[in-house]
Amino acid sequence: MSEWWTYSLSDFLLFSPRIYYRLFELYNADIWPLQILALALGAAIFGLLLSGVIWRGRAIAAVLAACWLWVAWAYLLQRYDTINWAASYFAVGFAAEAMLIAWSGIIRDRLGFRSGTEAAGRMGGCIFLFALVVYPLIGPLVGRAWAQAEVFGVAPDPTAIATLGILVAAYRPHWSLLVIPLIWCAISAATLWTMQSPEAMVVAVAAALALVVAAWKSLARDQRASRAET
Amino acid sequence: MRQRGSLSRRSLLGALTAASTAVLRPWPALSQGRAVITRPIPSTGETLPVVGLGSWITFNVGDDIVARDVCAEVMRAFFAAGGRMIDSSPMYGSSQKVIGYGLGKLDRPPGVFSADKVWISPGSRGAGQIEASRRYWGVPRFDLLQVHNLLAWEEHLRTLRAMKAAGQLRYIGITTSEGRRHREVEQIMRTQPLDFVQVTYNILDREVEDRILPLARERGIGVIVNRPFREGELIRRMTRHPLPAWAAEIDCANWAQFLLKFIVSHPAVTCAIPATTRVDHVRENMGAAHDRLPDASMRARMIAHVEKL
Repeated sequence: MSEWWTYSLSDFLLFSPRIYYRLFELYNADIWPLQILALALGAAIFGLLLSGVIWRGRAIAAVLAACWLWVAWAYLLQRYDTINWAASYFAVGFAAEAMLIAWSGIIRDRLGFRSGTEAAGRMGGCIFLFALVVYPLIGPLVGRAWAQAEVFGVAPDPTAIATLGILVAAYRPHWSLLVIPLIWCAISAATLWTMQSPEAMVVAVAAALALVVAAWKSLARDQRASRAET
Repeated sequence: MRQRGSLSRRSLLGALTAASTAVLRPWPALSQGRAVITRPIPSTGETLPVVGLGSWITFNVGDDIVARDVCAEVMRAFFAAGGRMIDSSPMYGSSQKVIGYGLGKLDRPPGVFSADKVWISPGSRGAGQIEASRRYWGVPRFDLLQVHNLLAWEEHLRTLRAMKAAGQLRYIGITTSEGRRHREVEQIMRTQPLDFVQVTYNILDREVEDRILPLARERGIGVIVNRPFREGELIRRMTRHPLPAWAAEIDCANWAQFLLKFIVSHPAVTCAIPATTRVDHVRENMGAAHDRLPDASMRARMIAHVEKL
């Protein structure tokens, strides 16, 4: 694209906010009551996080992978693609994240959690709970219809934020799994910002927080490793 | 965008005085008992109403049947008011399909001037995209196809010329927006046989008055004007202020008509294509294609007034 510097974010916005949120309304109506199941699965993930069962990493990874795959197919390909020709590329990214989570968390069993009071773990849990409980309320709180609520497991933004929370809560940072949710949050925050939607800041701050905590965790882990060597 | 200089303004005013009455012709069909102002397409003399209908953002409503029906009603009001040209692009999401839905719902009204674009790279994929666009619209052929934002323009223009020669297309053109790549646009206008060029032009973004609009007149190229309201920003800005009383001298009842009449009164402009999702707005817009248009001195007054707001 020549003269790329002359383009602004609004030049890439193909639809109006009204149609964007109507898409969620129609989607929610079509899949109802799947939102209840998705919220129940989210609650189950949080319960597993608090529990000490040995298979929790695999179970959480299985639920997350299923959610990413569902969002890729049911929302991005079937709905969002009707108003955004880039949605099919986003769907590929979501499907790839599902595969990565399944590979790392289920097949290789690398999604481990440390029970206790580690600050980063608690922060990850808070980010997850925020995505599960608070995020769907933002739309109605700013005056949009309940029918347009974005719910974890079926809508992309809360699913990405919740996944970031889980990955931050994990015993060791999984950068390979963090990349796609972070990229999605950047794309979504830019879209929402252009639409002057209040969720723009929410998505951006949640992603930035997860990034900072993951980086801090990596750094602390490296320092521990170097101290152990000396 | 840059403002044009005083020298070109003087030359433009002279040209306007000479041309404003000569090129404006009443559309034979009457809308609400009043003749619709039309302009001839320079390459053929076929006339087009000076106000068309854009579809950027507004018609990208996906499969939402309620929103699709609203768009169809906008189209119904547009045709009822004497409108003909609808413009779209493969870049505009579902807009082409929504236009096809609307045309089907309105039983394919006669006189529609279908204007679309080709927007794909490499250019060898252009013919496939054009055929997909045609199916979405549900028309036997397009009246006008334009190379969108000059993407792979050399190859696409070859394809469009071949289609025109084969009778699969009536007019060809190129587009740009928001002042981008004007040097290249000029170069193509000078060297390629074109029927239309589509550019951004409005009462505050007048860079095209310097070179592109005069060149279009010189080369006999029709001009389609996009973003006449800067995606609604100009309307939002202007409606904070009262419409000046002297706007009645050019039969403007609202700011939309004020802004559109400024654009379509330029002698090089064939058609402006405002987009909207509202029936009342499309009626307001089409109101600019009726009655008196500003002359050169009134245009200067309009600019001075808007620049002060």
